[in-house]
Amino acid sequence: MSLKEGYADDVVKGFMTWSIIWGLVAVLVGVLISFQLVFPQLNFPPYLTYGRLRPIHTNAAIFGWGIGSFMALFFYITQRLTKTPLWSPGLARFQLYLFNVVIALAAVTLALGMNRSKEYAELEWPVALLVVILWVIFSANIIMTIVRRKEEQLYISLWYILATLVGVAVLYLVNNAVIPVSLFKSYSAYAGANDANVQWWYGHNAVAMVLTTPPLAIFYYFLPKSTGVPIYSHRMGIIAFWSLIFMYLWTGAHHLLWTPVPDWVQTLAMAFSIMLIAPSWAAVFNGYFSMNGQWHQMRDNYLVKFLIFGITFYGLQTLQGPSQAVRTFSAFIHYTDWVPGHVHMGALGWVSLVIFAGFYYLVPRLYGREIYSVTLVNLHFWLAVIGQLIYSISMWVAGVQQAAMLHASNPDGTLHYSFMETFVEMYPYWHARAGAGVIYLISLLVFIYNMVKTVTSGKPTQLTASAASTNA
Amino acid sequence: MFERKPIILLLLAALAISVGTLVTMVAPFRWINDPQLKIAEVRPYTPLQLEGRDIYIREGCNNCHTQTVRPLLADVERYGDYSKAGEFVYDQPFLWGSRRTGPDLARIGGKYPDAWHYRHMVDPQAMVPRSNMPKYAFLQRPLDTNLTSRKMQALHFPYTSADIAALQGKSELDAMVAYLQKLGSDIQWRKTAQVAVVGDLRNPFQENKSVLSEGKGIYEKECAQCHGADLKGGVGPALANLDKPDAEVFKAVYEGLSAGGMPAFGDTLGKERVWKVVTYLKYQQRH
Ligand code: HEC
Ligand code: HEC
Ligand code: HEM
Ligand code: HEM
Repeated sequence: MSLKEGYADDVVKGFMTWSIIWGLVAVLVGVLISFQLVFPQLNFPPYLTYGRLRPIHTNAAIFGWGIGSFMALFFYITQRLTKTPLWSPGLARFQLYLFNVVIALAAVTLALGMNRSKEYAELEWPVALLVVILWVIFSANIIMTIVRRKEEQLYISLWYILATLVGVAVLYLVNNAVIPVSLFKSYSAYAGANDANVQWWYGHNAVAMVLTTPPLAIFYYFLPKSTGVPIYSHRMGIIAFWSLIFMYLWTGAHHLLWTPVPDWVQTLAMAFSIMLIAPSWAAVFNGYFSMNGQWHQMRDNYLVKFLIFGITFYGLQTLQGPSQAVRTFSAFIHYTDWVPGHVHMGALGWVSLVIFAGFYYLVPRLYGREIYSVTLVNLHFWLAVIGQLIYSISMWVAGVQQAAMLHASNPDGTLHYSFMETFVEMYPYWHARAGAGVIYLISLLVFIYNMVKTVTSGKPTQLTASAASTNA
Repeated sequence: MFERKPIILLLLAALAISVGTLVTMVAPFRWINDPQLKIAEVRPYTPLQLEGRDIYIREGCNNCHTQTVRPLLADVERYGDYSKAGEFVYDQPFLWGSRRTGPDLARIGGKYPDAWHYRHMVDPQAMVPRSNMPKYAFLQRPLDTNLTSRKMQALHFPYTSADIAALQGKSELDAMVAYLQKLGSDIQWRKTAQVAVVGDLRNPFQENKSVLSEGKGIYEKECAQCHGADLKGGVGPALANLDKPDAEVFKAVYEGLSAGGMPAFGDTLGKERVWKVVTYLKYQQRH
């Protein structure tokens, strides 16, 4: 507990620590599966094959690293923005235990092959049920804290937090409807093309409600805190907020272009995906304009560097995404390595950079110690960005090359290349991606080392006079 | 506005997300899986096929393989007739996937003989040397059938107790192969799509030694997995002593011998390359 205001910060520390641990697991498994693609002898059946490990990677990354750190940062931000201690610190401590139990159970059950096969909703129904309980107590704590707040105005970050809470709840419940056969096995309640449509309504809005609105909440809070200058336009933030959450829900079928899902659903998805550029870029501009006269901080202030690079990758991501949602382009790159390139620019360049900024901001304030080494912060930053760029760029090139080869035909209408002829061309890119993963892993280890050193032997802080008093 | 009213804000946010949800996710329930889209030939899974499907899900094959053929030239030529909604009405969950690290499997049924799948699943690299598919030799263990009837009931699939009794002694691999052979084969697309050669069946490369090395290369890539690197046979018969006219060999390779499990190569190799590999084979017989 922070003594002065009575804020419950021990749970913030707990979630921060555990999300970093699960993040390390996610990246280790990511590096392992990228090596399995080039050296298939690294598959160790039955538990450690690519088919079972890939969902462990995505679940550890999105739920362990992503959601775990959002829980830490939401607890921190909500208490500060409402000037109110957490409604129930006890419940939050229970939530931390439950969170770790759920993520560990997820990893074990997925390795055992208990898997519903629906992307980002793989967990079998008993584990999914625990996820629901976890989300309910998390939401209750945040909402009650906001209801009992001492600061009347709700800052934009709290809007994004509230939207995340309802959004995830609705999506998760609908897509997890099952017909149980036993404790360890169930079938989807929906069939065929219908199931596909429900799944990608869920899947794309997991991107919206987990990989977009929470990082935006964090971005809108920490950018002014770090620069000491308020956000450029609260009004623009509000308009962008409503149009973003309205439009996202129409776009799921852009994952299903050219499949048997009805054409009009696909066309709507395509149209709304393109319209999404507007609210997405409103956030990007809001970030850039807030930097007016502050650009020198890109050099002096590493928090700003993380945040501005993060929002820039978000901007690129939200231009690339809509282009992928256009039928003709999708025909080309869908199913290829281009898509993992897109995914990891968002996951590593946007989501993770913004979380790192939040953690670098929190640690000195929660532990009362200066960051151990700013040099190491910069090393972490550059290794992470370089690793991510090598990853994404090699996958884009790989995707375009394979797509071009797969579509090439001879004058008589036959195909120019067999599948395997296109496949073997991917190996050099997959080697590059594995190397990029190792670079990223090193950057993460640098980050963790710096954090541990800060907590154990950093200099005591004199923060009181700093940007901490900025009007949020 | 609502800057001071969190509960109203929460309700409005829920409203905002429910519009798109209703239109693009709830409403399509009326259009998709419509009785009109049903295809009479498409049958539910048998107990053995369903167990195979569950193993496919358990092993996460969908992380590398898709199961939808798009109505695009490159997809249809490579994988077969494009997928129709009616073909998936028994799929709970759907297994369309999102990433084609390996080839699409929507129409794998009937492409290869069973024996090919048994060998390939146990050791993919033995059949396709540069594959990165994991080895699934452990699937040779006995199939667990404790839940089979419950599963069939949960999905309302017809079955008899004889079907369940017939699972005795089956391995997981048997179930997997049964599932793979069903995939996409309920509708009779192979016949309609069959490539028939038209025109002159004279070998343009007869006794032209310059194409032998290319023919050998094609053989090693496409044929050796079934006919053996040394042409002594394996899944398919030995080809070392092909005592048949060029035209007949060409037809076998170009159109396939689908009843016997010999795939058609007309679509993927084209006439010229088929002639080259035929020239190579005939040369082996003569020398
Ligand atoms: C790491 C990715 C990966 C995983 C996981 C994987 N495969 Fe494959 N699979 C491939 C690749 C690559 C090929 C093409 C080369 C070959 O035939 O081995 C392939 C080929 C196949 C083929 C032949 C397709 C054709 O048209 O020639 C079948 C059948 C198949 N896999 C079934 C499975 C099943 C069943 C599983 C799950 C038990 C599985 N695969 C898991 C990558 C994978
Ligand atoms: C999936 C396994 C498989 C592959 C790959 C395959 N074959 Fe075959 N092939 C067979 C089988 C099985 C038969 C026997 C068919 C029958 O008897 O009806 C056969 C029969 C043949 C025959 C007829 C043999 C005879 O005695 O009449 C020829 C010729 C032939 N294959 C050539 C090829 C060539 C050339 C390739 C490569 C371009 C090839 N095969 C690839 C499985 C395969
Ligand atoms: C740098 C370390 C990482 C490496 C080496 C790595 C590697 C991989 C690989 C090899 C795949 C499978 C790609 C394919 O199917 O072809 C994958 C998928 C995925 N990864 Fe990562 N990953 C890393 C970090 C992360 C992080 C931090 C996140 C999230 C925060 C993440 C989220 C995902 C997602 C969502 C997918 C599924 C993509 C899809 O379905 O197209 N990854 N990753
Ligand atoms: C306007 C915003 C965006 C649009 C319109 C968009 C569009 C798309 C499209 C069309 C695909 C499917 C590609 C294919 O399979 O062919 C996709 C995949 C994906 N995108 Fe985006 N994207 C956007 C932003 C983001 C952001 C900010 C992230 C954050 C990380 C993200 C993460 C992902 C992931 C994880 C997938 C892979 C899903 C899967 O196949 O498993 N996207 N996106």
